[in-house]
Amino acid sequence: MTAPAAAGAAGASIGGRASGPSRPWRALNRAYHGRRRLGIGSLLGLPLTWMLVIYLGSLVLLVVSALYELDPVTQKPTTTFTTANLTSAFTEWDTVWVVIRTAGVALLVTIICFLISVPVAFFVSKVAWRWARRGIVVAMLLPLWAGYLVKGYAWRAMVSPAGNQFAAAGRGGGGFLESTIGWTPGYGRVAIVVTLVYFWLPYMVLPIYAGLDRLPVSLLDASGDLGARPLRTFRSVILPLLLPSIAAGSIFTFSLSMGDYIVPQIVNQGEERFLFGSVINGVLGAPNQPLAAAFTLWPLLIIILYLLAMKRLGAFENL
Amino acid sequence: MASERSQVPAIQLVRLRKTFGRDGHDSHQVVAVDDVDLEIGEGEFFSLLGPSGSGKTTVLRMIAGFELPTGGAVLLGGQDVTRTAPYDRDVNTVFQDYALFPHLTVQQNVEYGLKVKGVGKAERRRRAGEMLESVRLGSFGKRKPHEMSGGQRQRVALARALVNRPKVLLLDEPLGALDLKLREEMQVELKSIQHEVGITFVFVTHDQGEALSMSSRIAVFNHGRIEQVGAPREIYDHPATSFVAGFVGTSNVLDPVTSARVLGVDATHSVRPERIRLVAVGSAGGRVDDGEVSVDGTVVDVQYLGAECRVRVQLDDSSAHLLASVPSDGLAGVSPGGPVRLAWSRRAAFTVTATDLDDHSADHLGAELQQGGDEQ
Repeated sequence: MTAPAAAGAAGASIGGRASGPSRPWRALNRAYHGRRRLGIGSLLGLPLTWMLVIYLGSLVLLVVSALYELDPVTQKPTTTFTTANLTSAFTEWDTVWVVIRTAGVALLVTIICFLISVPVAFFVSKVAWRWARRGIVVAMLLPLWAGYLVKGYAWRAMVSPAGNQFAAAGRGGGGFLESTIGWTPGYGRVAIVVTLVYFWLPYMVLPIYAGLDRLPVSLLDASGDLGARPLRTFRSVILPLLLPSIAAGSIFTFSLSMGDYIVPQIVNQGEERFLFGSVINGVLGAPNQPLAAAFTLWPLLIIILYLLAMKRLGAFENL
Repeated sequence: MASERSQVPAIQLVRLRKTFGRDGHDSHQVVAVDDVDLEIGEGEFFSLLGPSGSGKTTVLRMIAGFELPTGGAVLLGGQDVTRTAPYDRDVNTVFQDYALFPHLTVQQNVEYGLKVKGVGKAERRRRAGEMLESVRLGSFGKRKPHEMSGGQRQRVALARALVNRPKVLLLDEPLGALDLKLREEMQVELKSIQHEVGITFVFVTHDQGEALSMSSRIAVFNHGRIEQVGAPREIYDHPATSFVAGFVGTSNVLDPVTSARVLGVDATHSVRPERIRLVAVGSAGGRVDDGEVSVDGTVVDVQYLGAECRVRVQLDDSSAHLLASVPSDGLAGVSPGGPVRLAWSRRAAFTVTATDLDDHSADHLGAELQQGGDEQ
């Protein structure tokens, strides 16, 4: 009790100085002093409300609205409950197949991102000259500054096959790849995966870089000292210690790929509904919001399973 | 076994050199290790002693294989391993930060080297268990490193290295992170473990007391070079250079001018403070024995260290200061500003090569005094 009083007295004595904090601020500081709960409440109140009401609330709404029936006449959701949407979303083979395909693509994108990120991040954190590190990290993050659609269309122009509208004039046709190296994957599944990898790579590189940066070099020395060759050191020391970082990065790359519906439209041709995101988008525009809501339970479910698997691997133990 | 191989030193360093910095830019280069020649015998407890940045750790890292020398060669048991990777060298290291694998248990940490080399599970478990037992951590196998104290982690690191039965054990300031009491315990323990296993220990330290008390031989490093190699006694009693005299223990270094005046020899000399006695305080008078030299001066300050005191004396007609270490009870009448006469045996003063003393000169002596006090 004496501490706030003393602080108050000290505050009063310097109150006249111009450089001191103004009176209302000091009153506020005094009000908070020694009141831990008030402090925590003020800090977390707003974000917690946001999480509970806006985020979790809309998730609950989503689940509930998946049970709404669509009025066959007006094509608008009613408040009558039905399981028809869920049955359709979870039993129709076409839908299940797109889900499997999408999860496969998301997994593939995640694996490729991981394979690219590890050597890059290792180079930056352990090999590169100190002065070059920050520059390389910034360079890797720079693409995040460009708009999503801009980058998407840039890729569309890049992989454009010969005879396409984006073909460079007078150079045998085709986009950048076609007219420079004479080969392009063209529009299609390869282009989708490549573009998604390009989009989400920074989200994998960053956590892995952070993880490697925290990893003391002496652990790598110790492993070699005890007889482990580099690959063994990677498998037995680096990989297990990077697991939380890999988990964090892969949650980004996996879930972002799971939910993407723009890329398949831009760099794909014919197969509009290659990824599940496009399916949901299509149903939403149908418009059949209850069915779209039922469909979104799929990625939700897969992400939850993914997180559980990560937890099982012990990825969150050393956070 | 040791006797039949005694002809071949466990470690030979031949004109070993390491520079850091960008190639081709001489101005950016830092010479960490400068043409070091050294032979370390089988079964020795050998210390590399020197201030930070003197190159001793770099030498250790080149023996382990973590750094490639810029020039020269590293031989282990007569074999040139200069370009051999760490995992192909029969040495193990105890790291300064212990470098225990945080995701593995203590048992798994100790087993790691054996597992990597393909030793069977049963034998691995047995040997790791025995090793942990011998560092008195038998019941800690299931713990993770972060659940243990600094001293315990240190012993795990020791067990993890020794379980591989290397020819040479390298220790990089392994006691640096421990508090004084624990450090003293570990010094005794390390010494007895070395005696038990009989393998060569190469011990890097900046603590001269540690080096003196544990080693069979010491190499004193300064600015990437070895100033002196010898047994602890030799190093302490007969420092070859002024740097060694100042770094190992506390020494008075007399420049040639002062030496010429006091000793009659025009060369840099060194005298240990404990070899200097106060023969006359004030006007009371005192005898200077045969074979002793004496010098008069004024007391600058008296530092009380318990059993003894360090008296700093400014010599008359000279800017030189001398430190004398005298028993506390013989100090009656000695106070700053008072005149004193100092004397020491001619044999206590020895010629040293004047070497770079820039970071261990007079104003640094305070720190050295502190170390001298800890030694007691």
